[in-house]
Amino acid sequence: MKNATDIAAAVNAKISSASAELDKSLAVIAEKNGAINAFLFVDTDGAKSFASNVDERIAQGEKLPLAGVPIAIKDNLCQTGVPTTCSSKILADWRPPYTATVVERLIAAGAIPVGKTNLDEFAMGSSTETSAFGPTKNPLDLTRVPGGSSGGSAAAVAADMTPISLGSDTGGSIRQPAALCGLVGIKPTYGLVSRYGLIAFASSLDQVGPFAKTVADAALVLEVIAGHDPMDSTSLPEPAPSLVAHVNDGVAGKRVALVKELYEGADDEVVASVKAAVAALEAAGATIVELSIPELRLGLSAYYLIAPAEASSNLARYDGVRFGLREQAEDVNDMYEATRTAGFGAEVKRRIMLGTYALSAGYFDAYYGQALKVRTQMIKAFAKAYEQADMLIGATTPTVAFEFGSKTSNPMAMYLSDVFTIPTNLAGDAAVSVPFGTGENDLPIGVQILGPGRSEATLLAAARVLEIADGRA
Amino acid sequence: MSSPLSREEVAKVAKLARLRITDAELEQFTEQLGQILEHAHDMTSLNLADVEPTGHPFGLINVMRDDVVRPSLDRDAVLAEAPASEDGRFAVPRIMGEAP
Repeated sequence: MKNATDIAAAVNAKISSASAELDKSLAVIAEKNGAINAFLFVDTDGAKSFASNVDERIAQGEKLPLAGVPIAIKDNLCQTGVPTTCSSKILADWRPPYTATVVERLIAAGAIPVGKTNLDEFAMGSSTETSAFGPTKNPLDLTRVPGGSSGGSAAAVAADMTPISLGSDTGGSIRQPAALCGLVGIKPTYGLVSRYGLIAFASSLDQVGPFAKTVADAALVLEVIAGHDPMDSTSLPEPAPSLVAHVNDGVAGKRVALVKELYEGADDEVVASVKAAVAALEAAGATIVELSIPELRLGLSAYYLIAPAEASSNLARYDGVRFGLREQAEDVNDMYEATRTAGFGAEVKRRIMLGTYALSAGYFDAYYGQALKVRTQMIKAFAKAYEQADMLIGATTPTVAFEFGSKTSNPMAMYLSDVFTIPTNLAGDAAVSVPFGTGENDLPIGVQILGPGRSEATLLAAARVLEIADGRA
Repeated sequence: MSSPLSREEVAKVAKLARLRITDAELEQFTEQLGQILEHAHDMTSLNLADVEPTGHPFGLINVMRDDVVRPSLDRDAVLAEAPASEDGRFAVPRIMGEAP
């Protein structure tokens, strides 16, 4: 499949049409989705109507940044009338009465939302194995996970079902599957992208971002969805930054810090890729320094108290009253309990209980309060590092894509796959995962480039240097 | 090593979270939540008395909008997705028992 930039150019030039591009996408989905389970719902009729609308706009002389580009949407983003399940039984039959701002902006830009993709239930997981509707397979090796939680969105792009997709990243849920599926994934600065219509998991950490096969496509999608939204009170005040225009800015004169805590403990082949990426950036004119930021080691512990605490509060709304599942019972308290017990899966229950415990009287200061202080320490440590470097570099994940079932019995083992991605979410900063090199069985390795808030243009320019050095574009 | 939390505490937390758990789940959650809290010892053991907590990456500021009437979600569209509704409202099972 062509990339999004080329499809939009062809549709704007009337060499192709949105309807023709959609038909190609639907054909690949029909052929491959049975084996991969990337999509939970394919909105064939809706997508066809969006496509003919785009073709009309083009016929009337409009030029659209994502003209006729099919896009897959993670199933925790609302779209009016389209099932939005969060891969949970508790929302299995729910159709939202409103559309997320990011989806509205994609449609306005000419993109064609083709359907909703699988995720770990309520985005809690790193493999899609906690989905109530079965796991998604990694298109590069069907015996392995695509990563998570946005595994369906990553697999849709890796399998050429759509050239781009949207995910959400609370602790690595875009970057980790991007790494495991060989894609570019961006976790934008907190507040850069509207969360209106993103079903909340951990509100102080969640951000929506793109998956793409190329850095330029990822930049294009982020440029379309970013920018202030009055419907999200945490939205940054400024309009979307210019990203596509800066993709080829390079790294000459930039200071890049290789951070020990962002690759230590990773497999040798992953460390080798990170070091090769550093060499490529140096060859392109960057100055390299090595740094240690010991505070980053505390990220995992702080995250697994803060995120569950926020989740336990956010998921209190699933009580069988206003939407989703209701289990019948004699009185209202029994109804709440029966509904939540039947509707949530084991990982969601585990995190709700962990968060409830961390927030409960007697433990609040020791766990949740302490985690918030560690968060302060981490923000300060990052700020200090950014006095010495324009960007940091490390691994996205400790390993290449792992096999199904290999981490499901031990929650801590699964949580450790997010160890390098979590610190960025706690700080509210930006980070990009870009494929660089391969490991075991020729599976892709992701290198992570981190920067301070609003550094997306710099990070994408560095990712572009690596994309070229890796022979990908 | 003893778990940082007991089965009784886990049972209480389940009750607070409005979840029913089986005996097998109680056993499993006690062990797993214990492991996660053990891992957090690297953090809980630090002396951070002088550090300010951060609840939000950039701090939250109240956002006001003009006090102008504007359309909100359509009531019937919202209620159509509810498990039960009656007379334009959400309907729930009884909240109070019969009078004694």
